[in-house]
Amino acid sequence: MNETSTAQRFAQGFVRSVVPVLLALIVSGLIMLAIGSSPLEFFAGVWKYGITGTNWQRSLSLMAPLLIVAIGLIVAFRGQLWNLGYNGQYLLGAVTASGLGPILFDVLPAFLATIVIFVVAVLVGAVWSLIPAILKARYGTNEIITSLVMSFIAVGVVNLLIKGIFKDPAVSTPQTPVIGDDYLLPFIPGTEIHIGFVVAIALAIVAQYVLSRTSFGLRVDIFGASPKAARHVGLNSTWMVILLFALSSGLIALAGSVDILGQFAYQRADWDPRYGDAVMPLVFLARFRPVAAIPFVAFYAVLATGGTLASQQAGLNVDFLLVIVGLILLFMTITEYLGNRRQLGQSYLPAGLRRTVLQPFRKESERTSA
Amino acid sequence: MSDMLSAAFITVFITTVIAQAMPLMLASVGETIGEQAGVLNLGIEGVMLVGAYAGFVVTLSTGNFWIGMLAGVVGGVVANLAMLVLNVWLGLNQIVIGLAITLIGEGITSVLYLQNYTKSPASLGQAPKLAIPGLGDIPVVGPAIFQQSGIFWVALLIALVLAFALARTNWGLSTRSAGQKPSSLDAAGGSVMRTRSIAVLLGGGLAGLGGAYLSLITTATFSPLLTNGLGFIAIVITMLSRGRIIIVMITSLIYGLAVAIGPALQVIGFTIPADLIKMLPFLIVIVMLILFARSSVVPPALGSAYTRGAR
Repeated sequence: MNETSTAQRFAQGFVRSVVPVLLALIVSGLIMLAIGSSPLEFFAGVWKYGITGTNWQRSLSLMAPLLIVAIGLIVAFRGQLWNLGYNGQYLLGAVTASGLGPILFDVLPAFLATIVIFVVAVLVGAVWSLIPAILKARYGTNEIITSLVMSFIAVGVVNLLIKGIFKDPAVSTPQTPVIGDDYLLPFIPGTEIHIGFVVAIALAIVAQYVLSRTSFGLRVDIFGASPKAARHVGLNSTWMVILLFALSSGLIALAGSVDILGQFAYQRADWDPRYGDAVMPLVFLARFRPVAAIPFVAFYAVLATGGTLASQQAGLNVDFLLVIVGLILLFMTITEYLGNRRQLGQSYLPAGLRRTVLQPFRKESERTSA
Repeated sequence: MSDMLSAAFITVFITTVIAQAMPLMLASVGETIGEQAGVLNLGIEGVMLVGAYAGFVVTLSTGNFWIGMLAGVVGGVVANLAMLVLNVWLGLNQIVIGLAITLIGEGITSVLYLQNYTKSPASLGQAPKLAIPGLGDIPVVGPAIFQQSGIFWVALLIALVLAFALARTNWGLSTRSAGQKPSSLDAAGGSVMRTRSIAVLLGGGLAGLGGAYLSLITTATFSPLLTNGLGFIAIVITMLSRGRIIIVMITSLIYGLAVAIGPALQVIGFTIPADLIKMLPFLIVIVMLILFARSSVVPPALGSAYTRGAR
């Protein structure tokens, strides 16, 4: 492949990734006009509260959990496993930090306690993903449905924990005790961005390396392309499903614990930021490449940080962000359709997504490579 | 335990079971028709919310529950138009479009509701009841089942008619073949596009009706994210029922029981956290999935767009 075609492919891929976002922003502006809000006010607000002054630091802090969630999704999606239980997995990780934090920081040195919390969060997330993973590996049960159902159960479990054993007795509203500032993740010197941001970027680079430069990454891609082919080259598909699900869910849970220890310091009942819903389309746009996800996540972090205040000023509420995310998804498929017609770059909707719906209840071993 | 046996208690219990089961049943019947035709609609959660909101707004302004239900159907059909155009006609990915519909439906109804009704949260009151002469006077069961709103009977009738139509009519045969083997439907002179289009619109209408039933009758008000995962439960029920609407109806009743049993236990003295009650249906669903994972079957062409001549 010569130099120009690589450059062209990059340009085409870039166009395909950016066009859906632009279209979604334009249409969401039209929707705002239709329901009597000012899009100019909204987008000006996003700029003002998301970037200007020291607000860019808040946006970068938000990037930490978002990016780790994105990496978690990429790990599963690369293997064509559609882990959509991210909201529950995230909250489980968060409650691990907010629940164990106040106890552990009393008995252990802060550094050690932080490490213990992160490890436990990853384990909790991994264990929670076992049911969808085993059902998928054993019976081929559609993991979209099982992981979603498990997510709703996790939300309930987390609320029960916060209202029960993790509740701060000093406060009447159900929430966990506030972790002292001294125990939270330190800031990057000279800023108010906690080091979770650095951890997230490092994880993205490591994940990129592992997925694209190691034999494990190759195995994941083979498995994703065709479980049958993977079996022929000696990959154990049962373990692959369980491992990828555990990694994915563990990373998403880690994001929750990083968010609590870096940003919030405590957790209220019924709090659900639903980061995964927002990150999922971005992961597709980045074509499942962790490093490519960084600019998209940065874009959304600004939109979300600024959008929270801006949407209220423009007479909307935060849920309007869901509309924008949904529109990105819609325009992504439309751009894909037009792109395929014009032979633009490669597809980011892999055949496995179709296969998983096609044969959701068939055993892995009976599957044919579609 | 004497409370448990009191007539009024049982009446309320049965009424709750029905009120909780109906929205799910309507949505699941719609999803079943869509899936039988080969279209998996993950957007059903969003479609239900649009139907629920449309029904709520129209009933609030007209005061007529029937017009509200109709608005719910229209809302559901409109929300599902995205699925119709993008998936059935253009052949784009069903899962991504479905999730997009869910997100947009959740976002837009929440934004509109908070924009228009936060200052004066509105309740709709009770839908007019239709007491069936004779049967309505039976003790205990009479007030629970035979003094429902007329909407209940119409909804039940729609489900039964569709159950019959899907299993026994030419239309049902075409619909099922569009999911089983679209190319053979095409070869037999039927139109896959038309069959799937009708199924998707019908599914949208029914999900919208289910949403409207939820906001108009079950809760008598709207709130953001009112459905709370009901659409996804509908998808599970559809998958476990293997396209048989009677089983969909029975499973929906079991769901209604699961939801009603929490408050009922509270009345007789057990205190159960609200979060546990909310979790219970999902726990039952996951147990059912674990138990019956092996035996559930979906149409072979589910999830794939039909392109004539393509293999």
